[in-house]
Amino acid sequence: MASKLVPFAARQATRPFTRVCRRQVLQFERPLSTTSQRRHDALSIHRNTPVNNPSIPFKFTEQNLKIIDEILKRYPPQYKKAAVMPLLDLGQRQHGFTSISVMNEVARLLEMPPMRVYEVATFYTMYNRDPIGKFFVQVCTTSPCMLGGCGSDLIMKACEDFLGVHSGEMTEDGLFSLLEVECLGACANAPMIQINDDYYEDLTPETTTKLLQALKDSATISGYDVTKIPRPGPQLYEGKQRMTCEPRTGQTTLLQEPYSTQHMRTDGEL
Amino acid sequence: MLARPSVKAAAGVATAATRSYTAAPVSLAATSSLSSQPSQKRSYATVQEAAPAKRSYGNLKDQDRIFQNLYGHHGTDLASAKKYGDWHKTKEIILKGHDWIINEIKASGLRGRGGAGFPSGLKFSFMNFKGWEKDNKPRYLVVNADEGEPGTCKDREIMRKDPHKLIEGCLVVGRAMNATAAYIYIRGEFYHEATVLQRAIQEAYKDGLIGKNACGSGYDFDVYIHRGAGAYVCGEETSLIESLEGKAGKPRLKPPFPAAVGLFGCPSTVTNVETVAVCPTIARRGGKWFAGFGRERNQGTKLYCISGHVNNPCTVEEEMSIPLRELIDRHCGGVRGGWDNLQAVIPGGSSTPILPKKICDDQLMDFDALKDSQSGLGTAAVIVMDKSADVVRLISRLSAFYKHESCGQCTPCREGSAWMMKMMERFEKGQARTREIDMMQELTKQVEGHTICALGEAFAWPVQGLIRHFRPELEKRVQEYKAAHGAETFAGGWEPNAHKEGLLIAPGQ
Repeated sequence: MASKLVPFAARQATRPFTRVCRRQVLQFERPLSTTSQRRHDALSIHRNTPVNNPSIPFKFTEQNLKIIDEILKRYPPQYKKAAVMPLLDLGQRQHGFTSISVMNEVARLLEMPPMRVYEVATFYTMYNRDPIGKFFVQVCTTSPCMLGGCGSDLIMKACEDFLGVHSGEMTEDGLFSLLEVECLGACANAPMIQINDDYYEDLTPETTTKLLQALKDSATISGYDVTKIPRPGPQLYEGKQRMTCEPRTGQTTLLQEPYSTQHMRTDGEL
Repeated sequence: MLARPSVKAAAGVATAATRSYTAAPVSLAATSSLSSQPSQKRSYATVQEAAPAKRSYGNLKDQDRIFQNLYGHHGTDLASAKKYGDWHKTKEIILKGHDWIINEIKASGLRGRGGAGFPSGLKFSFMNFKGWEKDNKPRYLVVNADEGEPGTCKDREIMRKDPHKLIEGCLVVGRAMNATAAYIYIRGEFYHEATVLQRAIQEAYKDGLIGKNACGSGYDFDVYIHRGAGAYVCGEETSLIESLEGKAGKPRLKPPFPAAVGLFGCPSTVTNVETVAVCPTIARRGGKWFAGFGRERNQGTKLYCISGHVNNPCTVEEEMSIPLRELIDRHCGGVRGGWDNLQAVIPGGSSTPILPKKICDDQLMDFDALKDSQSGLGTAAVIVMDKSADVVRLISRLSAFYKHESCGQCTPCREGSAWMMKMMERFEKGQARTREIDMMQELTKQVEGHTICALGEAFAWPVQGLIRHFRPELEKRVQEYKAAHGAETFAGGWEPNAHKEGLLIAPGQ
């Protein structure tokens, strides 16, 4: 009945006020205890932003369309949707991140419902659904990296100190994004970070800072000699630089001349 | 990697497996040398014909190492691979047919290198079920290169340095199970490894080694690469299949097993990279040669990845059953600060329970010996901790890892892993009650075996191992907290003065 007696406008007028009151009550009278948010757990939701909304068009380039044809040949023709992961990856490489437009375009190409693409894009952690910096620094902090070498705590701190951002954030100049990630599978070369597609292993805080500085210079100084950027792979550690995963003080195995076909079976089966 | 042979399959298999292994002592005796070893536990079901041969393990010669390019001394191209024995007599191996190949693998005693240690020959033979010839569907070999288990870095070395071993392995194993194509599922972070492998595949196609009429044997076989995108759970076989099909990688219920209904609804088998990559060499050098290494039922050579507090962490190929101490001392320059500075070892990747020093002293590194120590060989990723390491924090970090990687399909794992992470985080600071240790134990028991895939076990076991061997450490932390704050916390981590601050804490405390 009240709705008929009180004019509509009057009710509307009081609304914002009551809302503010309610919010304040919530804020001051019942403190909610919250735990700190872990930034490497991205939310599985999409909110339209100026840089990421469905009205921004996205098209694969001619070259990428050829690659897509190649990718589709790998899977049975009736299972076109198996190509969703490679296509999303390709879209991410072209666009910079997996925006909603990339997902929609992949859905259109593979003739699958967009929601199925969204499911895949939100499930896997390598699809960045928000813009990332030019250099995407992923620091492995899982137990083997935490133990190995100088420990990933120091590496993480070195990265945070140099970049001035925390895990899950991007620097203001858009050059670096920092993320704490789970095991990257280079445990014998711990601690390590991944920058875009490259693994940098056997790190110390000094080599980490040097590496980040070199990358920063390569992007900001025109005519920078890119050969000055440390090569991916193991870095200098305690005066020694490994080639790959051999023991640091030299190989303990595979010291003899490698064999070819001289040790074949002798029972005449082959 | 996650792998759990189903209880049903394992029960049916046990008899067959023991039967096929009865021939082993004969082949072992040929290579035995005199030395002492801890006796292997045998169940009453197995008949022991003769006293087990006594010998020491771990002095593998270079001529018996399979992965000769482990440290990248020669190129990854086809010419170098052929120079060092790959693709030698592959045609003859393929022409021998599936029974011959499977029998060789069975004779070699090869057990899956991905973690569960299921006999590989037997696994391959599941694909050739009765009446398979009448089925004209494609059949797939799926190679699991989604190496995500913390501590493990062996498959990466195979893919980036010995890619032709893997491709040849795909062909040989594919022939054994009469597959039409192989998909290699590489974890997405391994971009350069995938590039190396793709180049090797193209070389092999160009040379006629795979593709139509592979190696001139009249057998058609394709190899494809599929890159993942950063989900640990995709290392589980059914979830890997889901992921390959272009869905979110959530494990499927078994049965039906992949050998019946797998990738794209066709018969398929998922195996680890290392298992596949060693098969051509086994066929070339003979199953007996491979069976000559390691203890009975744990034969072969294995890539060990040693990380953590050792002087020289590395990946190395060694004999199965090598004593842990010898592995660390010989190849890794010992534990930092000497063997006596050792605190604990995680012997087989993050999901195997931790072992304290007193067990590590005379621990053999193989499936059965580690199982007897209530741990597991897993992927043979040895994570070493010296006395300076904070064991509780380490296991807590692993709990955080499993919380992050749980796919969220089964409630016990999704919720349990988050609870576990929160409780372990509190135990790091001692902000817990002593009885919560038992609560954690109970929680892990509630999760274990109640999930679709093995991730439930994977996050339960490290915590169980911690409680089993480091309970005093957990209790000490609680006491330290009590000493510093005047009282223990309330259950749930509420500080002793939470009442006074007017915080609502659970009743009954």
